[in-house]
Amino acid sequence: MNDDEIVPVSHVAEGETLLEITGLRIEATAYPPGEPPQEIVIVDGVSLSLKKGKVLGLIGESGAGKSTIGLSSMAYGRGGVRLTAGDIVLNGQEIRAAGPGVLRRLRGKVVTYVAQSAAASFNPSRKLMDQVIETTVAARGVSRSQAEARAVTLFRKLGLPDPERIGKRYPHQVSGGQLQRVMTAMALCPEPELVIFDEPTTALDVTTQIDVLAAIKEAIADTGVAALYITHDLAVVAQVSDEIMVLRHGKMVEHGTTDQIINAPRENYTRDLVSVRSIDHEEKAPVGETVLKVEGITARYSGLKRDILSDVSVALHPGQTLAVVGESGSGKSTLARVITGLLPPSAGKVTFSGRELSPALNGRSRDDLRELQMIYQMADVAMNPRQTVKTIIGRPLEFYFGMKGKQRDARVAELLEEIELGQGFADRYPAELSGGQKQRVCIARALAAEPKVIICDEVTSALDPLVADGILKLLLKLQREEDVAYLFITHDIATVRAIADSIAVMYQGKVQRYGPKSEVLAPPFDAYTDLLLSSVPEMRLGWLEEVVENRRMESAGH
Amino acid sequence: MHPILKFVAQRIALGLVLLLAASVLIFAGTQILPGDVAQSILGQSATETALANLRAELGLNEPVVSRYFAWLGGALQGDLGTALTNGQDIADAMSRRLGNTLFLAGWAALISVPLAIILGLIAVRYNGRWPDRLISAVTLATVSVPEFLLGYIVMFYLAVQFRWFPSVSTVYDGMTLGAKLNAIALPVMVLVMVVLGHMMRMTRAAILNVMQSAYVETAELKGLRPFTIIWKHAFPNAIAPVVNVVMLNMAYLVVGVVVVEVVFVYPGMGQYLVDHVAKRDVPVVQACGLVFAAIYIGFNILADVIAIVANPRLRHPR
Repeated sequence: MNDDEIVPVSHVAEGETLLEITGLRIEATAYPPGEPPQEIVIVDGVSLSLKKGKVLGLIGESGAGKSTIGLSSMAYGRGGVRLTAGDIVLNGQEIRAAGPGVLRRLRGKVVTYVAQSAAASFNPSRKLMDQVIETTVAARGVSRSQAEARAVTLFRKLGLPDPERIGKRYPHQVSGGQLQRVMTAMALCPEPELVIFDEPTTALDVTTQIDVLAAIKEAIADTGVAALYITHDLAVVAQVSDEIMVLRHGKMVEHGTTDQIINAPRENYTRDLVSVRSIDHEEKAPVGETVLKVEGITARYSGLKRDILSDVSVALHPGQTLAVVGESGSGKSTLARVITGLLPPSAGKVTFSGRELSPALNGRSRDDLRELQMIYQMADVAMNPRQTVKTIIGRPLEFYFGMKGKQRDARVAELLEEIELGQGFADRYPAELSGGQKQRVCIARALAAEPKVIICDEVTSALDPLVADGILKLLLKLQREEDVAYLFITHDIATVRAIADSIAVMYQGKVQRYGPKSEVLAPPFDAYTDLLLSSVPEMRLGWLEEVVENRRMESAGH
Repeated sequence: MHPILKFVAQRIALGLVLLLAASVLIFAGTQILPGDVAQSILGQSATETALANLRAELGLNEPVVSRYFAWLGGALQGDLGTALTNGQDIADAMSRRLGNTLFLAGWAALISVPLAIILGLIAVRYNGRWPDRLISAVTLATVSVPEFLLGYIVMFYLAVQFRWFPSVSTVYDGMTLGAKLNAIALPVMVLVMVVLGHMMRMTRAAILNVMQSAYVETAELKGLRPFTIIWKHAFPNAIAPVVNVVMLNMAYLVVGVVVVEVVFVYPGMGQYLVDHVAKRDVPVVQACGLVFAAIYIGFNILADVIAIVANPRLRHPR
């Protein structure tokens, strides 16, 4: 490393303007299938200003341009986007059109970045410490031992276990929540002026999210850096920011203090975001015979020494929704695999509309398969990208009912109407659909088999809140019309509140709490359910501190 | 036991089983060759009695299975038998030849592997720009030309026109290292050109694949120099596929140099094999086959082991 690469630490005084963006315009070239390339505008005319020691939250749905704006303060265009107009002045220096040498002196030193998925953002073949202190040693003129000492101080401040030695580990040896904190330490280590947090807690479990959020908030306050905090979750950003900017389709909708945005939003869109979850669902009492009954299921994957599920029993009534809720690793998806026959259990049985199901998939009849359908979290990988919507939905019609030609097309059109898409979508390919539309097509495909039960595995987790709301409303409407029962797997308590009739809380492979919604969600709680419920971010100032203060149990760190 | 040790032990055991299977194939293959050994030794004019006597002497009348085990038992003790044509001990004659071949292949490897990786790294650094295109075009061209033609081309220019190097690569005991290197310069050059393209292209493709990762973006956002990013953050994660193709080429350098050795009249395994195939000297052909199989399998085991050791998830289990 040459000496000219050394960028000594020199701090901007508290309260001085650090970042000033005016009239920013960001463009990219899109390549739609079968059409000539098009220029699209991702961000248009956004201006913001950030003072040292302050935190600005950027909020919006996916595609709002919030990450793109965040990265523009490092003059970085992800995936070939171009910063085409406007001024980005960082620390008194215009950087939008700066050369690679100038940018190298800023990136990783003056401005640093914390990515959404720390697990993917650490080099898997190098030790954590080497990565954390890399720029501090190479470009801040600090000796290795001093840099390591600073890193250990940060590890301790961020509440990481065994701060002296965690740096000797490789990324895969550390849990997701810890990795996110190590990445925050990596961003703070070179003593930057500005840190960009890009959805740093989105991939974490709710109970872990709180720890990381509290650690990040404290670290920002202690080091006095400025921060851009990017997220789609208004309740989260309300806990850490001084100001919030609401973005939509690459344009600013509203900008104000956190208090004003949360308590007195001026724009309609902001009001929608604040008051999302407008679903009112009356809990139905269990009636009639159970359609799906799971009794005493114990299961493990071959090669594992411990059970993933132990003695799980739940039941589902026709036309109702059972929500299975829990954190990653609690066994909820494994339960779905057992019910669908993908993982034969070591003990217990599954009874489906009065008959006992064969534990293994190849022992089940075609009707067993037809009446038990599944919808997945990732709608885009659950569909063949080379088939049209008509082929995708038509497949179960041919397979189960032998429908062909006009009869099949008519039924496909009917199903498209039911999922509120319309017949115009029949000839589209999955790539031409939005995330919410893709999930609707998957729902239609499941419905085409005329099932009695649909297993929904995190079907709204990858969607923006307003879109997810639409999907949930559609599922409830279909339930009323078709009398189909849902086994709804999710980690999101708000979703559970919105649609469940009964709830099973899972923790470490066991059913921790099970019953009608009103009972499960009413006190007195066991320690885990209490932790889970209290961890759901609430949209009010000071909530984070309150929760951290009052917790009875530690989270698992995923 | 550490999982890596277990894995290495498994690989070696599997390699031995494979080698045993290869020995069966080699033996069976030489048995179904058309023609008769005794006939080819004694010539067309031999009498029936003489042929029968020779067959009995060579043990060709015994059942195939017992001949196989006799041969395998000998090979396991280092006795590869004697050559039919000149009565020499095969192990003796071959060890000199094998040494020569390894000398040639070793130098070719020493030059081609680092060169291929460095060129691959440069191609990634200037991906899509002229250095990348130039490197890709040149290496593709040298791979595409048949190796005997490459041999004659370099011979024509560097040996005949400019007289820099000898056109015949004679080596013998008592030569200085410098003289030996001078003698093998041309075959090494040809071998490097033959294997370079394959390894360089694989290095380039493997690193470019890794360059799409989120952690490479992290490195970019740390403001590291482009070459630092490639060398420190991308390359270590591309080692497994690169090692695989490097080892395949190493094995090729040892067992596939027949043509080049013949072109430059180099006294290596290739020459030896070709000479004795022509004379239908079955024990020599079998011995060469066995040695080549062992080398090939050995390099593949080595590739697997290096790829495993390069993977931090296996080196440092949770």
